[in-house]
Amino acid sequence: MARISLSSGLALYTGGETAIELEVGNVRQLFAALGERYPELASRLETEIAVAIDGEIYQDALLQKIAGASEVFLFPKIAGG
Amino acid sequence: MSSAIGTEDLKIVGSRPLRPDGVDKVTGRARYGADVSLPGQLIGKVLRSPHPHARILAIDTSLALALPGVKAVVTRDDFPDMPDEYAAAGELTINYRDVTRNMMAREKVLYDGHPVAAVAAISESVAREALKLIKVDYQVLPHVIDVREAMRPDAPLLHEAQYTEGVSPKPDKPSNIAKRLEFSRGDVAAGFARAEVIVEREFNTQPVHQGYIEPQACLASTTEDGQVELWTSTQGHFMFRAQCAKLLQMEVSRIRVTPTEIGGGFGGKNNIYNEPLAIVLSRKSHRPVKMVMSREEVFRATGPTSGGNVKVRLGATKDGRITAAFAELNFQAGAYPGSSVAPASMCAFTRYDLDNVRVIGHDVTCNRPKVAAYRAPGAPIAAFAVESAIDELAGKLAIDPIEFRLKNAAREGTQTYYGPKLGTIGYVETLEAARAHPHYRAPLGPDQGRGVATGFWFNIGGETSATVNINEDGTVALMHGTLDVAGGSRAAMAMMVAEELGIPFEQVRPIVGDTAVLGFNFITAGSRGTFAGGMACVTAARQAIDRLRTRVAAIREVPVEAVIWKDGQARPAEGSAIRFEPMSLAQIARLAGKTGGTIAGHAEINAQGAGPGFGTHIVDVAVDRETGAIRVLRYTAVQDVGRAIHPAYVEGQLQGGVAQGIGWALNEEYVYGADGVLQNPGFLDYRIPVASDLPYIDTVLVEVPNPNHPYGVRGCGEVPIIAPLAAIANAVSHALGIRLCDLPLSPPRVARAIADRPA
Repeated sequence: MARISLSSGLALYTGGETAIELEVGNVRQLFAALGERYPELASRLETEIAVAIDGEIYQDALLQKIAGASEVFLFPKIAGG
Repeated sequence: MSSAIGTEDLKIVGSRPLRPDGVDKVTGRARYGADVSLPGQLIGKVLRSPHPHARILAIDTSLALALPGVKAVVTRDDFPDMPDEYAAAGELTINYRDVTRNMMAREKVLYDGHPVAAVAAISESVAREALKLIKVDYQVLPHVIDVREAMRPDAPLLHEAQYTEGVSPKPDKPSNIAKRLEFSRGDVAAGFARAEVIVEREFNTQPVHQGYIEPQACLASTTEDGQVELWTSTQGHFMFRAQCAKLLQMEVSRIRVTPTEIGGGFGGKNNIYNEPLAIVLSRKSHRPVKMVMSREEVFRATGPTSGGNVKVRLGATKDGRITAAFAELNFQAGAYPGSSVAPASMCAFTRYDLDNVRVIGHDVTCNRPKVAAYRAPGAPIAAFAVESAIDELAGKLAIDPIEFRLKNAAREGTQTYYGPKLGTIGYVETLEAARAHPHYRAPLGPDQGRGVATGFWFNIGGETSATVNINEDGTVALMHGTLDVAGGSRAAMAMMVAEELGIPFEQVRPIVGDTAVLGFNFITAGSRGTFAGGMACVTAARQAIDRLRTRVAAIREVPVEAVIWKDGQARPAEGSAIRFEPMSLAQIARLAGKTGGTIAGHAEINAQGAGPGFGTHIVDVAVDRETGAIRVLRYTAVQDVGRAIHPAYVEGQLQGGVAQGIGWALNEEYVYGADGVLQNPGFLDYRIPVASDLPYIDTVLVEVPNPNHPYGVRGCGEVPIIAPLAAIANAVSHALGIRLCDLPLSPPRVARAIADRPA
């Protein structure tokens, strides 16, 4: 099971939960599982959220693999000027 | 991307060849946005609102249309309305409903300079005359300019259907506060309870413009069958194509965008302004339409960065360990939601390893132009506040400011308060390099002060493509899709490809491909140009090398595994029993047409693994106590750049960022009258630094390679603008013994602070 942590700002859309464990194989499966669990978060996942898997940050990488014991953080996407 | 190359193997990366676009630029041959013309073109001009806030009751264009020489007029009625639809666009997410209203006002005008109509005519003078004939009936509304005033419940409301997002339960009244966000970690109250020293301050910065020298300019040509060609000065031609297609409800394939040379962007050319107007004016007039903004239009109607109000509270133990950190960031978004308050909130304290953090951000609409990105969007504002408070805290603890930062510095593995743990970073290395620099120990004179501050920026990757074409003589045409936003990234791309292929840099000719010849590329923003573009170019070069090896294997009739690429040649693999005569790139290229056709390599990637950037700055200033004028005497910028592909251009990035940061700190600000009209829309009254205002800006490149890039590159363009605001404010505070918390530190403001100082 991957350990999933959500940045505190996302707690508004998850009923306060910021840490869960999920059996997911990639980012797309992660988003699908989170969207099902937290409907208010669903519409934001693909457009507003970046994912850090074991310390590496991924943006717009739906097919990125998530290993069984991975540490995963979700937080707002980053861009710049 | 793996297959990193060690420094000892490099022949070209790390050297300083002349940039391929250099001669064109110094001889005036380079074609910028306004330099592109077509036969029969018309000139387009925009009618802008004279009011900061008003309802549009009616627009009558009949007299303008009747003026001889006027070929087309457009208003809100010529553009489809858009529903709420969000997309990434460089800085934050954009909402197409807002984008179409910012491009051409619909129900209301929301700032002085908001477009309400545009004309295309046979000359600029006729176009300007036509603008005078357009009658707009306005119902003028109360306006609000200042972010703190805009947050009040009784403030004039810009958007009647805007309810603060991020608040539970949903508010029952609309507000100018578009969004509230929060990041937290640990127990902040307990952290402050443990603190032995606490610093609490409130800081204010003014909106500042990116100050690019080239105003926005574009040329559109629409054919009768609906094909569009667009030339424009942009940081993202693919994104401009996507946005124009969306706003005009066209298929993407019908629009071809060719980026011109760009005279600076710094985030300000991530967004469309005149482009859809020019396309529709061209469609209606059946002629090409060119639109070039004046400097006044640039100031009145294109995005500056936010002004910000930031409250900071920091607590520490007497031995110099920070126990708690709090910040509230209130950012102006301008006319529509979408300031940089989110990234600013995320990087406010990321330079430090903290257990207890809470950051609250507010995105606030007000009657100013919609803000745009500006180098490390929002980070300089947050760093001004936090690094000023850090400096004051170090002073109260009687600890050297660099030593204090080292005691609390983020390192590899540090848990951030916004999400991930930090990977391989070089923050500590920049602090140590700054501490060891002779500048840090140089003596100061009377009325002089020294300041230190640090900066952090995430950096990004993103969608990127490139093609390496092996020409018939063995030279190389390199086409990449990340724009060279004037920093010299074309040279860096060519250097990496030359390094891979083992040929001289001069034999690689890099160009930026238009939207018809390459796959999608995200905007050149987020310090991704050389990182992501370089990754794509290296990937394309390596694919070309694989194809060269395969071709040589076929020509020499040996297995491909027996062929390696080294020093610009296909050679027998070392230790292999299979021997053959090596072939140079030129030899293979000459035979390519007769052995299967031309050889190329392509890459279409979504680059991941951008390495964060950190910088530490030292500045000395002298303060004239009589006038309040500040002179920057000496400046040293230290930054972890991963690896500098072309060190001179990396140094230029640092120097440019510092120069802009000095302007932000000392002079630049938008001045609005009580009527909500911008009073200083020109470089005479909006004062950016000129050469005589600046000392030589020394740079120190620290190289802690990014393990995710084949050459270790970290983005370097944004970090250098983050620290100067706080570094200068800290220096001035030390010179005067007064903590100054409001920017800019212009002579009147400094003189007033000196006069108001308690005896």
